[in-house]
Amino acid sequence: MKKSQKTIESILAGYPRHPQNLIGLLQDVQAEYNYISPEHLALICDHVGAPLTQAWSVATFYKSFSLEPRGEHEIKVCLGTTCHLKGGNRLVETCERDLGVARGQTTEDLRFTLDTVNCLGSCALAPVVMVDEDYLGGANIRSLKKRLSKLE
Amino acid sequence: MAKLKSVVELEAYRQDLQSGQDPHWPVVRVCLGPGCLAQGADKVARAFKTAIKSKRLKVEVKPLVKETGCQGFCSQGTLVTLSPSNLFYVQVKPEDVPEIVDVTLGRGEVLERLLYSDNGARYRSAGEIPFYKRQQKIILKNVGLIDPLDLHDALRAGAYQSLAKALSGMSAKEIIQTITISGLRGRGGGGFPTGYKWRRALETTQDNPGEVYIVGNGDEGDPGAFMDRAIMEGDPHTVLEGMAIGAYALGARQGYIYVRAEYPFAIRTLNLAIEQARRLGLLGKNILGAGFDFDIQINRGAGAFVCGEETALLASIEGRVGEPVMRPPFPVERGLWDRPTVINNVETWANVPHIIDKGAKWYANLGVANSTGTKIFSLVGKVKNSGLVEVPMGITLGGIVEEIGGGVPGQDRFKAVQTGGPSGGIIPYEFKEMPTDELKLDKVGLQPRGFLPVEFKDLPVDFDSLVRVGSIMGSGGMIVMDDHDCVVDVARYFLRFLQEESCGKCLPCRLGLKGMKEFLDRFSKGQGAREDIDALESLGKALMDGSLCGLGRTAPNPVLTSIRYFKDEYLAHIVDHKCPAGVCRDLITYSINPETCNGCGLCVKNCPEACISGKKKKAHAIDAAACIRCGACQDVCPVDAVRVA
Repeated sequence: MKKSQKTIESILAGYPRHPQNLIGLLQDVQAEYNYISPEHLALICDHVGAPLTQAWSVATFYKSFSLEPRGEHEIKVCLGTTCHLKGGNRLVETCERDLGVARGQTTEDLRFTLDTVNCLGSCALAPVVMVDEDYLGGANIRSLKKRLSKLE
Repeated sequence: MAKLKSVVELEAYRQDLQSGQDPHWPVVRVCLGPGCLAQGADKVARAFKTAIKSKRLKVEVKPLVKETGCQGFCSQGTLVTLSPSNLFYVQVKPEDVPEIVDVTLGRGEVLERLLYSDNGARYRSAGEIPFYKRQQKIILKNVGLIDPLDLHDALRAGAYQSLAKALSGMSAKEIIQTITISGLRGRGGGGFPTGYKWRRALETTQDNPGEVYIVGNGDEGDPGAFMDRAIMEGDPHTVLEGMAIGAYALGARQGYIYVRAEYPFAIRTLNLAIEQARRLGLLGKNILGAGFDFDIQINRGAGAFVCGEETALLASIEGRVGEPVMRPPFPVERGLWDRPTVINNVETWANVPHIIDKGAKWYANLGVANSTGTKIFSLVGKVKNSGLVEVPMGITLGGIVEEIGGGVPGQDRFKAVQTGGPSGGIIPYEFKEMPTDELKLDKVGLQPRGFLPVEFKDLPVDFDSLVRVGSIMGSGGMIVMDDHDCVVDVARYFLRFLQEESCGKCLPCRLGLKGMKEFLDRFSKGQGAREDIDALESLGKALMDGSLCGLGRTAPNPVLTSIRYFKDEYLAHIVDHKCPAGVCRDLITYSINPETCNGCGLCVKNCPEACISGKKKKAHAIDAAACIRCGACQDVCPVDAVRVA
C-alpha cells in the first residue's frame, strides 16, 4: 500500500463544486486511501453538493469503490470468457484455499485482497492473474502458488 | 511549441517533422499492447534502450527505440519490428535483447531463431505471415507503428489531416452526408447507422438551439474484447480527430470519452494525447484558426458493465448511478443534461478520419453491402494464432478462424465460435441438422433454411448475417471453442456474468436472469427434465421482450443459440447425466492413467482433499468418493496422466 500522501483537502481542491464530479472524486480518494471512509464520503458530499444518499448509492453501485479497507496486495483473477474456458476458476479456488478468504474479501491481517475481474484484455495469454501491478500470463496452479509465496 | 493558427501552418509543421526524420534511420518497435505487456514487453523495451546506449554498439546512427501500441499477434509476444529492414521478431525475451543489438542492429544479420516459423517455413517480415496476410489494416494502420505518447509521431503518420480537410471547406451537411453514404455503422455492437444518428442530432439542435455533446464510448466491457483498448492505447489521436470532426459537423463544443476503469493505461494515453493536442491548438479554443472551439474530457468508468449501455453511460458521466432509462427519447434527442448527444463507440470514431480523408465511396466499397468498411476482432480462445485482427466485413468465419487463426491447436476438434460477448451467441462451426420445429424461433432471428449457409464456416461475418444465426457482431470478441468446452457451462458462465452485472432496475432482467441461471445450474448437475429446456427458452424470450435496455434484451442470446445448435448436449446433461466435454463438475470423475503416471507426487502435494495416494515413483490413484473435482491434479500433472470421464 502506498503511503497516503495527498490530503483529502488537496484532492477536493482539484475538483469544481459540482455533483458531476462525484464519481471522479470517489475514484481519487479510493486510489489514494485504498477505500472510502465514512468521513471522506461526507466531505466529498459537502464539496460537490450531493446528498449522502446519492454518494452512498454511487459508491455501492460501482465495483471499483470499497467502503472497507483493502489489503496491501491485490490479487485479481481474470474470469473473462477465455480465462473461464482455460481454467480461471481453478486459480480463484487455489487463491481462496491458500489465503483463506472468499473472492471479494480481504484477509484479516489486511495483507491480501482477492478479487475476480471480468476481463483484463490479455485474452491471448489466458488464464491471467494480476498480482498488484504485475500480470501472470498463462497461469497454472503451480506458477500462481509460486508467485503468491513470493509476496509473503 | 506555439499553437498552430491555420491549416496551412499545420501542414508546414507536419512537413517539417517529416523531413526532419530520415526514412532510413533504424527504428526498433517494441509492442506494448495488452498481450505483450503481460509477457514483460516493458522489460524488453528497457533492455533495448540500455543495450543501445552502451558503448559496445559500433554503428553510425544509434537506432531509435519506440514503444508502440498493439501489433496484433498476441500469442507470439513480445513482438519486435525492426525498420528499415522490416524484420519481425517474435517471443522476444529481455535476455534476447543484447544478442539482437549485437547481431542484427550491429552487424545487420538475421537471428533465425527469433523469426516466426510455422509448418517448417520461416517468415522474415510480418506481412508474409498468414496471420497478417489476409488482414486489411485501416483503423489499426498506425497502431503498432507510431509512438502513442508522441503527437509528433502521429502527425508524421498523417494525424489531423482529415480534420484540416473538414475545417478548410466542408460544410456540416457535407460531412454528415459523407458519413451517411459511407455506410458506417456503429462498432459498439448494435450496428446503428452513424450518419443517421448525426443527422437526427443536428435536426434536434436546430429545433431546440443550445449545447450538443459528443461522447466516445470506450467502456469495453465484453469479456474477450480488447480492440477499443488497442485503439485508445495505440493511436489515441485518431479517436480525438474523429470526435473533433463530428463536433465540427454538429456544432458541439464539449466531448467526453468514457473509458473503463480496468484500462488505466488507455486513460493515461488519452489524457496525454489531449494535452498535447491542446498545446498545438488541435483541441481547445479556435482550432486551427477556424473559429471552432472543441475540447474533450476523459471520464473514468468505475467497474460496471451496464455502463456500456448508452443511457447508463450518460448517467455515469453526470455523476449518477449507471442505470439505463427507457428509449425513446434517444440520446440524440435528449442526452447529457437533457441536451442532444451523439454517442459512438471509440472504434466508430476512429473510422471517421479515414472516411473524410479518402471519401465515402472508397469506404463503401470496402466490405459488403449493408456492412461496409473493416472490423477489428479479438480472436482468442482455443485457436493457434490469437490476437487482434482487422478484416473487411463479410469475410467468412472460416477465413478468420482457419486462415488467420490457424485453426485449433493440437488434435482437438473445432466446435463453436462465440461472438458478441454476453449479448451474442454461440455459433457451431460445422453445420448442424436442425429439427423443423426449431424453425419456429423467428423471434431470435432464425430465418428459413434457405438463408443459412451449408457450412457455418462459410458464414459471412457482417452485422446482418450474424443476427440471422442468432448472434450479434457485438464489439468484436471472437472466442473459439473446441471439444473440451461445454456449451451448457459457457451459457451458464454468461448468465452468472450478466446476473452480477444487471443493474436491477427492471424486473424482467433482474429476476429473469436469476431464473434462467437456476435452470442452468440444475442442468449442469444433471438435473431437470426435457420440458425445462422449453421453459428456459420461453423465459429467455420474455426477457427479450420485457427488458428495459440492451443488456437484458440480448442477455438470452448465448442460452438460446446454444439450445438451438447444441440441444443434444443439453439432453446429454439432463437425460444421460453426462457432460460430453468433461467440464461440469457434478457429472465427471477424475482418474489417473496408471500407464502414464510416473509417481512424481505433485498431485498428492496439491490435492486440497488429500484424496490421492500412491507410492513414490509408482502409479497413483484418486479416491473418487472423496474427490471434489477441483482439477488441481490435472493442472499440476507434468505428464498429463489425469483423465476426465
